[in-house]
Amino acid sequence: MTDAPNLVEVDGMKVHFPIRRGVVLDKTVGYVYAVDGVDLAVRQGETYGLVGESGCGKSTLGRAMLKLTEPTAGRVVFDGVDLSKLKGEPLRTMRRRMQMVFQDPMSSLDPRQSVESLLVEGMRAHGLDKDKASTAARLRELLSAVGLPSTSLRRYPHEFSGGQRQRIGIARALSVQPDLIVADEPVSALDVSVQAQVINLLEDLQAEFGLTYLVIAHDLAVVRHISDRVGVMYLGGLVEEASSDQLYATPLHPYTKALMSAVPVPDPEVEDLRERILLAGDLPSPANPPSGCRFHTRCPWRQETLCDTERPELREVLPGHRVACHYAEDIRDGRIRAHEVKAQLVQDDWDVSPDSSLAGPASVTETLG
Amino acid sequence: MALLEVRDLSVTFHRRGEKSTVAVDGVSFDVEPGQTVGLVGESGCGKSVTSLAIMGLLAKRGATVSGSAKFDGTELLTLSDRQMRDRRGRDLGMVFQDPLSSLNPVISIGLQVTEVLERHRGLSRKQAAVEAAELLDKVGIPDPKRRLTEYPHQLSGGMRQRALIAIALACRPRLLIADEPTTALDVTIQAQILALLAELVRETETALIMITHDLGVVAGLCDEVNVLYAGRVVERSGRHDLFRVPRHPYTHGLLASIPRLDAPKGERLSPIRGSVADNIPWTGGCAFAPRCPHAVDRCVETTPEMVVDQVVEGDRLLRCHNPVEPAGRAEQEMLS
Repeated sequence: MTDAPNLVEVDGMKVHFPIRRGVVLDKTVGYVYAVDGVDLAVRQGETYGLVGESGCGKSTLGRAMLKLTEPTAGRVVFDGVDLSKLKGEPLRTMRRRMQMVFQDPMSSLDPRQSVESLLVEGMRAHGLDKDKASTAARLRELLSAVGLPSTSLRRYPHEFSGGQRQRIGIARALSVQPDLIVADEPVSALDVSVQAQVINLLEDLQAEFGLTYLVIAHDLAVVRHISDRVGVMYLGGLVEEASSDQLYATPLHPYTKALMSAVPVPDPEVEDLRERILLAGDLPSPANPPSGCRFHTRCPWRQETLCDTERPELREVLPGHRVACHYAEDIRDGRIRAHEVKAQLVQDDWDVSPDSSLAGPASVTETLG
Repeated sequence: MALLEVRDLSVTFHRRGEKSTVAVDGVSFDVEPGQTVGLVGESGCGKSVTSLAIMGLLAKRGATVSGSAKFDGTELLTLSDRQMRDRRGRDLGMVFQDPLSSLNPVISIGLQVTEVLERHRGLSRKQAAVEAAELLDKVGIPDPKRRLTEYPHQLSGGMRQRALIAIALACRPRLLIADEPTTALDVTIQAQILALLAELVRETETALIMITHDLGVVAGLCDEVNVLYAGRVVERSGRHDLFRVPRHPYTHGLLASIPRLDAPKGERLSPIRGSVADNIPWTGGCAFAPRCPHAVDRCVETTPEMVVDQVVEGDRLLRCHNPVEPAGRAEQEMLS
């Protein structure tokens, strides 16, 4: 799939959310740098996986790519069309081609709409609901594609189990014949035995309809299973990007290494033997990101120079393998050894007085809603 | 005698005008000092209700608990509220899944830690404050003195979970129950918390009951694993045996349905069909039968009993009429 043309190109994407304080004056006291300079491209027909921990900006990036969140800077080119220039009707028509599947099927399906009404709504909005007979045929087709019984049409979301609800969400995205589906944590709300069903379903649908996926997830094992290429995000930036096989075989960025060593494997033999890279402390606040490399405060391979002063660019180290680390080659070849890191206190420096911290957000997730 | 002996524990919930729900249906297991026992299963299998019943935290109205749970020879299920309060926090500690909803948001972290120390160990406020700072330090919270004066919302998720562990460990309990302690956390933080729990168990000889849905967590931490389905234990074994040769079709199915980070790519997952809601009551046969690829006629006629597995060596209990044959066994032996 390496020669396929790009379906989506993201160029210098930034999404900054203002932090506002005060009732009357409502002044902006700072910004949450949710996405801070990301370039990536998703090729036609591939599955691109975005992984990262909560608050790294992966969901915001996915939403900004579909223009569900207005980017602060940067542009998204979808199939040759610059989305940042589109407005109103042309943007609305364009949206047919890019759909989204959300994490929580219960809150993304209107509880008062029947399955039929949920599925027809999008088709109607895009003029695909021409006559009764063809719509009915299309609905049957959709249901069988996602593996729901044909009796589901008159039922309501609460009558279904979690896995089935996620199938409805997928059917809704498919109903308008999109090219790109952005799936934001499509399986994380489901039980393990059901997760596998939905993952297989997504793979089948891709083969059948030639879909392009952007899968956003925190679970590395899921992402590695489903994706052709994977991008790892940390604190608003992409730190590493490679084909999924290569990323797991030779992770180059220290954060990717730590992330992979932290994922528990359901095999005691592996668990007993493997070496863990335990990261010290927490994710720094995206409202006050560290200078230089965003990861240097927790990086076991941090060096005296460059790391805390200059932000590393994403550069191609091996063909198709991009990494944002000044010392990626030195770490790979063992010229730099890991050392112990002391956990640092994570502080939100926009707080002016100590009291005002009480009104502030407790975490990034809270800030982003 | 084991530190905790749970025998035939059952919990039934009653709702007015509706059929009662049997959440836990005759669960038995032992926990030895210093041992880590895992309860694994998907949502609704009764793993959390089991722990709440042992801790006496289920509401008196609407829930019937039967069976027995003996802690060091004392029956916990018949203790009075007052006696149970003396036990909880002193002998029995508990760590919950969501630290933000289990910490009191309007009381400082310090007070929530010292409260336990004052109540159970009779320390003065000053002594308790010194001890609390030491506890926070021990669970890896940087700058503990300052953190004591802060409130739960000022801490990150991982720090809150550490604070909760510090509270649970304040009186050096002999049994700690951790109910999905890392589910709400990111993987790198999860690794920190699991390492911390493992270290504490090793150092203090605390018995740990680990409740989780994540087989990866179990593989790394638990000495013995109980797999639960629809309120009953369906398979029990040491972790090495269980993961090497899963015998119950449910355990087997669970392991086959998780994508593994170290598996060759491109292999298709084999999910278990249906969902957890498709089970049938244990009285008429095996609850897993409707989803089971190995089901035979007997499975919907007679309820399988928990028996010692004769086929594979090692102590293993199994509740199944038609278990999965240990196919890869010959290969395994050749390799080792």
